[in-house]
Amino acid sequence: MTVVERREIALVDLLDRLLAGGVVITGDITLRIADVDLVRIDLNALISSVNEQVPSPWGELL
Amino acid sequence: MTGLRYVYAVCRPFGAPLQSQLKGVAGDPPRLLTHHGLIAVVSHVPERDFAEEPLRRRLEDLDWLTETARAHQSVIDALTVVTTPLPLRMATVFRDDSGVRVMLEAREDDFRRTLDRLTGRVEWGVKVYVEAEPEEGDAPVSKPASGRDYLRQRRMRVRTNEDLWRQTEEFADHLHAALSAYADDSRLHAPQNPALSGVAGRNVLNAAYLVARKDSEEFVELVDRSKDESMVSIPGIRVELTGPWAAYSFAGEET
Repeated sequence: MTVVERREIALVDLLDRLLAGGVVITGDITLRIADVDLVRIDLNALISSVNEQVPSPWGELL
Repeated sequence: MTGLRYVYAVCRPFGAPLQSQLKGVAGDPPRLLTHHGLIAVVSHVPERDFAEEPLRRRLEDLDWLTETARAHQSVIDALTVVTTPLPLRMATVFRDDSGVRVMLEAREDDFRRTLDRLTGRVEWGVKVYVEAEPEEGDAPVSKPASGRDYLRQRRMRVRTNEDLWRQTEEFADHLHAALSAYADDSRLHAPQNPALSGVAGRNVLNAAYLVARKDSEEFVELVDRSKDESMVSIPGIRVELTGPWAAYSFAGEET
C-alpha cells in the first residue's frame, strides 16, 4: 500500500469517527455520547473555535 | 497507578509489541488485558476527569476533547500497524480490570464476529465540497444598465449556483455509487459544518468506505481519478480523501 503522508488529521474528521463511530458499550461509567450531547458539543466547540471577529451564526440557538 | 480503566479497542492476540513510547489519554501507556483469547487495550485514567460528572463537563471543553481524541487516535493508529483493532466509542470507561473482563466476556461472540468482518480491512474517508459563486456582493460581470438588467444578472447567478449544486450532487451520488461498489461496505456521515471544519465550501458528501488493505492502492487511484475528472467538468468542486483509518465507522453491527 502507498505510504500515506502523516498530515495532521482535521479534528472534525477525527470526531466524526470517535464520537459517531466505534463500538458503543455502556461502561461502568455510564456516559452515553448521545446525539443530543453531540449537538451541544458541536455548538460549544464552534463558539470556542470561532474568533471574536466572526460572530456565531447560531447565536440565538444557544 | 490506580484510577479508572479507559478501553480503546478490542483485538485478537498479536505477536508484535506496541511502540514503547506510546502514551494513551492522560499520558498513561496503554497495556493489554487478555481474557478468553481476546485483548482489551486499556490505560489508567484519573477519576477527576473520567468519572461520570467530570467527563460530561470535560467533553464540552474543546481543548480537552481535542487532546483526548488525538491521544485515543494515536493508540488506535499504533494498533493498526500490528493488527486490526475493533475501536470502541471514545470515552468508554470502567471502574477496574474486572469490569473490563466482565464486558469482554459478555460480548465475546459479537466481538469475534465483528473482528472477522473487519480483519485485513481499513477505512477511507471521502468528502466532496463545492464552492459557489457569491450571489451578492461580488462585482457584477458588467455594470447593470437598469433595474431590470440588475435583476436579470442576479437571476443568472442564482441559476448558475443552482446548476452547480445539482451537478455536484449528481457527481457525489455517482462517486458514492462507484466507490461503494468497489468497497466491502460504506457509511454516510452527516455533512460537516463549514464553521466547525474551517473548510471553504459546502460539504456535499461525507462518506466512509471499508476496503481491504490489498485493494487500497486501487481504491485511492479510483478516488484520484474521479478528483481529476470532477475538476475538469465542475468548477469549484473539491474531492478530499482521508485515511487509512481503523474501521471506526464499521465497528457497529452490520446494517
